[in-house]
Amino acid sequence: MNPAFSVIFLTTLIGVGQGLFLALYTGQLYSVVNVFSPRHSSEFYGYGSLLALAFLSAGLIASFFHLGHPERAWRSASQWKTSWLSREVIVLPAFMGTTFVYAMIQLNGWNPILFTLSDNFIVDLSLLVGAINMLLAFLLFLCTAMIYACIKFLQEWASSLTVINYTLLGMASGFTFCTAFAAYLSSDAIFIYGGWAITLTVFACITRVTSLIRNTKIKYKSNLSTAIGIRHSKIKQIAQGSMGGSFNTREYFHQAKPIIFKSIKWVFLLLVFILPTALLLSALTTNSFALCMLAFITQYLGLLAERWFFFAQANHPQNLYYQTI
Amino acid sequence: MTQLALVIDLNVCVGCHACVTSCKEWNTSGTAGFMSDYNPYDKDPTGTFFNRVQTFEIGEFPNTQTVHFPKSCLHCEDPPCVPVCPTGASYKREEDGIVLVDYDKCIGCKYCSWACPYGARELDENQKVMKKCTLCVDRIYDETLPEAERKPACVLACPTSARLFGDVNDPDSMVSEQIRDNGGYQLMPEWGTKPANHYLPRRKTNITIHHDELTRVDNPLNKERQLPMPGEDEQTLDDTTSW
Ligand code: SF4
Ligand code: SF4
Repeated sequence: MNPAFSVIFLTTLIGVGQGLFLALYTGQLYSVVNVFSPRHSSEFYGYGSLLALAFLSAGLIASFFHLGHPERAWRSASQWKTSWLSREVIVLPAFMGTTFVYAMIQLNGWNPILFTLSDNFIVDLSLLVGAINMLLAFLLFLCTAMIYACIKFLQEWASSLTVINYTLLGMASGFTFCTAFAAYLSSDAIFIYGGWAITLTVFACITRVTSLIRNTKIKYKSNLSTAIGIRHSKIKQIAQGSMGGSFNTREYFHQAKPIIFKSIKWVFLLLVFILPTALLLSALTTNSFALCMLAFITQYLGLLAERWFFFAQANHPQNLYYQTI
Repeated sequence: MTQLALVIDLNVCVGCHACVTSCKEWNTSGTAGFMSDYNPYDKDPTGTFFNRVQTFEIGEFPNTQTVHFPKSCLHCEDPPCVPVCPTGASYKREEDGIVLVDYDKCIGCKYCSWACPYGARELDENQKVMKKCTLCVDRIYDETLPEAERKPACVLACPTSARLFGDVNDPDSMVSEQIRDNGGYQLMPEWGTKPANHYLPRRKTNITIHHDELTRVDNPLNKERQLPMPGEDEQTLDDTTSW
C-alpha cells in the first residue's frame, strides 16, 4: 500500500495520547495502593491528561486530511455495526471527552470519595472515570488496529499481532512521554514510568519483530492464476489498460526504491526500540529531562517510520492486475 | 433473489477497448457527475474509469496465447467493500444485487478500495468520492429506451458479443446457461467474495475425424446400387460442371 501521511500521523499521535493517559492512570493506581504518592499529584494527572488530549486532537486533525469530504465526516459514525473505522470514529471522541472530564476532575478537585473498599483503598470519582477511560483507551487501540487486521486478503495485516503491536507501541511511546513529563516536574514517579516505558518498549520490540518474521513467511493465497482464472505457471501481463497511471497504480504501491524500503525497517528498529531504551536507561540514572525528551522524540520519529513500513509492506492482491504498463 | 451481472467471454474478446470507451462515454455524461481526466493529451495522463481491458500473455513463445481481460466491479454476492464503509455510502441493492456508492454520502476515505481484492474501485480526483461500475443502473431500467437497449453500455458496444448481461441467479437465464455450458468461473475464489460477474474461459473447438468418415459409408446409394458410384479416379459430375 502507499502510506498516507495523514494516517501515519493519526495512528501514531493518538497512540501517544492513549499511552500517556494509561501511564497517568497507572501512576494513580500505584498511589491508590500507596506504593508511592507523587507530589502535586492532581496537577500532574490533570495537566498530563490535557497533554494527552493535545496529542489526540492533533491526531484527529491529521485524520481529516485523509478524507475527500471532511465536511461529511459526521456520517462516518453511522455504520458501527459492521465497520471498525466507524467504531474508531465513535470511540476516539468518546475517549477524548472522558480524558477531558478526567483532567477537569483532577485540576478542579471535583473528586468526591465514592466508597471505600478497605482502609487504604479509597475509590474517588477520578479513579472511576479513569477506569472507564482506560477501557476506552484499550478499545480505541482495538478499533484502530482492527481497521487493518480485518482485511483478510492484506495478509501482512490480517493477524492478531497487528492489534498487539498497535497497543504495545502506543503504550510504549505514551509511557516514554510520561517519563519525560515526570522528569520535567521532577516528580519522584519518573522511575515507575521509566521502568514501564522500558518494559513496554522491550515487549513491543519482541512482538513487532515477531510480526516482521511472520511477514517474511507469508504464502500469498492469490496469484496471477487465480486473479484471471487461467491455470498456467507462466502468465505475464503485457498491458494494464491505461498508458499513464491510475488510482490503482498510485494507491497500492509505495513507490520507494527497494534499498530505501529495506533500510527503513532497520531505521525504525533502531529508533523505536534500541535508542529509546538506551536513552531512558541513562535518563533514569541521571534524572535528566533532556534525555527523557530525547528518548521520546527519537521513539516518535521511529514510530513514523514504523507506521510507514507497516503500510508499505502490505501487498494488496489488486497489484497482480497492475504489474506492467 | 435477482443478481444482475456480466458474463465475459474471454474466448471471443479481441481487446478492442470498445467497452471501455462506451462505458466512459455513458457514465461521464450521467447525472452523477463526470469521470474526471487529468492531462488527457499530455505526459502522465490519468483519469477515472469503471472498466479496463488488460492483456496477458499465457505460456512461453512459441506456445503462447494472448488473453484480453476486461475488468470492472464484479458485484460480489458477499462484497467485502460494503461492510467496511463507515458512512453507509457503499451498499448492495436488495432488489437486483448491484453494488453502488452514494456519491452524496461518501466521504472519500478510500477504505472500501482497500477492502476490494480486485482493485475495482477508483477515487475520482475531482469529485473526491469513490466510483465504480454501476452496471449502468441508470440505463437498464430506463423505460424511455427501447427494450433491447436497456443493457449496460459496454454490453451494447462489444462488437464480438463477448459481454453478456443478465440475472445469474435465474437458472434459466441466458447468462446462467452460458456459465453452465461453457465453464464460467469467478475471479479469486479464495476470498469468498462470490463475485456475480463470471468469465468464460478460452476454449479450443476440436473435432476428431477418423479416416472412414471421409467417405460416406452410410450412403444409401451404396446399398441400393440404383446408380453406379463413379470410381475414385473417374470423372464425376462435379468435375465437369463446377467451372
Ligand atoms: S468487485 Fe470489489 S468493489 Fe465490486 S463488489 Fe466486489 S469487492 Fe466490491
Ligand atoms: S470512500 Fe466512500 S464509499 Fe468508500 S468506504 Fe469511504 S465513505 Fe464508504
